[in-house]
Amino acid sequence: MAAPKYPGPKYPGLDTLALHAGQSPDPATGSRAVPIYQTTSYVFRDTEHAASLFNMERAGHVYSRISNPTVAVLEERIAALEGGVGAVATASGQAALHLAIATLMGSGSHIVASTALYGGSHNLLAYTLKRFGIETTFVSPRDPEGFRRAIKPSTRLLFGETLGNPGLDVLDIPSVSAIAHEAKVPLLVDATFTTPVLMKPFELGADLLYHSATKFLGGHGVAIAGVLVDSGRFDWEASGKFETLTAPYAGFHGMDFEEESGTRAFLLRARREGLRDFGACMAPMTAFQILQGVETLHLRMPRHVENTRKVVAFLSKNPAVEKVIYPELADHPDHELAKKLLPNGCGAVFSFEVKGGRPAGRRFIESLRVFSHLANVGDAKSLVIHPATTTHYRMSDEDLKKAGITAGTVRLSIGLEDPQDLVDDLDRALRAAAK
Amino acid sequence: MNFEVEGKRAFAYTAAHELDANKPSVVFVHGAGLDHSSFALQSRYFGYHGRNVLALDLPGHGRSDGPPVSTIPGLADWVSVVLKKLKIEKASIVGHSMGSLVALEFAARHPAQCERIALIAIGYPMKVTEVFLEAARNNDYAAFDMSTIWGHAAQAALAGNPNPGMWMYGDALARLERLAPGVLYNDLKACNDYGVGAESAAKVKCPVLFIAGRRDVMTPPRAMKLLQEKIAGAKTVEIAPSGHALMAEAPDATLDALIGFLG
Repeated sequence: MAAPKYPGPKYPGLDTLALHAGQSPDPATGSRAVPIYQTTSYVFRDTEHAASLFNMERAGHVYSRISNPTVAVLEERIAALEGGVGAVATASGQAALHLAIATLMGSGSHIVASTALYGGSHNLLAYTLKRFGIETTFVSPRDPEGFRRAIKPSTRLLFGETLGNPGLDVLDIPSVSAIAHEAKVPLLVDATFTTPVLMKPFELGADLLYHSATKFLGGHGVAIAGVLVDSGRFDWEASGKFETLTAPYAGFHGMDFEEESGTRAFLLRARREGLRDFGACMAPMTAFQILQGVETLHLRMPRHVENTRKVVAFLSKNPAVEKVIYPELADHPDHELAKKLLPNGCGAVFSFEVKGGRPAGRRFIESLRVFSHLANVGDAKSLVIHPATTTHYRMSDEDLKKAGITAGTVRLSIGLEDPQDLVDDLDRALRAAAK
Repeated sequence: MNFEVEGKRAFAYTAAHELDANKPSVVFVHGAGLDHSSFALQSRYFGYHGRNVLALDLPGHGRSDGPPVSTIPGLADWVSVVLKKLKIEKASIVGHSMGSLVALEFAARHPAQCERIALIAIGYPMKVTEVFLEAARNNDYAAFDMSTIWGHAAQAALAGNPNPGMWMYGDALARLERLAPGVLYNDLKACNDYGVGAESAAKVKCPVLFIAGRRDVMTPPRAMKLLQEKIAGAKTVEIAPSGHALMAEAPDATLDALIGFLG
């Protein structure tokens, strides 16, 4: 290995941060594990201390809707793993997306978003936010120029998933972020499918990101959680488009968040307004549970990818399978981009098409023994869902096609079991489907 | 607040208060490559406790136009001009790292304008290692890494931030990335070249407080000894768990030390 040009100090590695960042042994008890501070509130030293905490003159906790020591460990740990200035943990991934949007804009604003989104995110943007005066234009994630064409004077955010749903479209973050920055707006990405182990969106140009921590960060499927992270790199003042961050806010003594805290402005407003007023905070027990998962994230993700590659290889050669959609396959439209942006793997959630349409898909699902049939992804246990008979069961074949789903599409989330057991399970079910 | 100094835009955070001629004033002077927001909690406290607060962005930093001023005496004179411009007769100066050298020099050069000085994370001479200077001179990202890692106690890489949910390293890097090329080098060189600290310390007549982090690897407590010996009656507060970034690593202890000194 060549000597560094400027020999100097080194940062801890990702594996170390996953285990330690955000926590030192509890000063009160010496507890090595992160304690669960199961409390709503914190005793003030005196009235002066109370007033100072409320007025943000001192660091600390006041009320667990705004911050909590256990939750703060998770926030700092994820920020460290992602290379951000900080994070705000939320009640769910959806709450994180809503918090990001509500912090940046209000009625009359516009978002340009990828068409390849989780259904819940699509619902929020296409239907719910519209009711609050925020419009969204959806564009193909495979056409960065489409983002540019959709930008209006009222646009305040570009948004996509690092790996889109359901076709695993790889978002060209360097290109889309450059377009966002030309328009003086940030790029927000949902990094749930990739995690910081497979991709660091901030290093590619994204400004904000969030996770549904329910998925790979937790990995155990026991807690619903989200986390919103800010890179601190977007200059809100220079943009001039974000009054929520650069104009005095009557709801906090005329505070101008950017003037007050510069790189920390977005998270300050997200916490001090978003958690205060919308209240979608994370419970300390949830933070503890997600932290248990994060501590092994760097070990689990490579195994998720390794197992997925074995399953993808098996399905790709199976005569009962019409098509496998995974960016590491040469016929995937984003194969080359994936090699560049996701060299360590394209995650563990993907779709394939069973020959024989809806009936075959149903028989396939019902024949599986190791895979669990449920509506989640990113669990240590392998999961399966058949969109045509579950989440999209009311749709006609024609409408399914428009959504990128065929009657035979099956979505898998590959877990950490023995990969041969997974292959055997799929083999058995595919034989049943073909009957 | 925005104002002009010698035709260039300058900025000072005032904790959302208008300046009031009847109030005592506190000026905060940031360190190398930083800006007013490094004093966010402490400056806000004094702004809401009966003081005029001016947390400055030195030229070329934060919202103040460049170019940066290349010497510590030049920065001390710039602070003096700012006070005159804003019609503040006398102020206490709180400086951090490079800003503490500015505060010291200000007290020596402009005693009539100086009430008290609080010197956070000071060392003299404030020599900068050649590899750090060289990386900064070449605008190499390694200089940001060195500033970030050496700028905090070793445990800051892993331990919890007193400010909930924030990652100290990430914040330091994000701020450094906003600097124009050459600014960090300018600041480090100004510290490195400053050679009249002992003489200036001997001239200081106002009350002085030293605040040091015991785990500071850039300016460890022993590095202020020479100055302490020159300033009779100076007080010292050492904060056990902190490194160089005292306002972030130990915000309450730093604030308490300032309250004890400034009242």
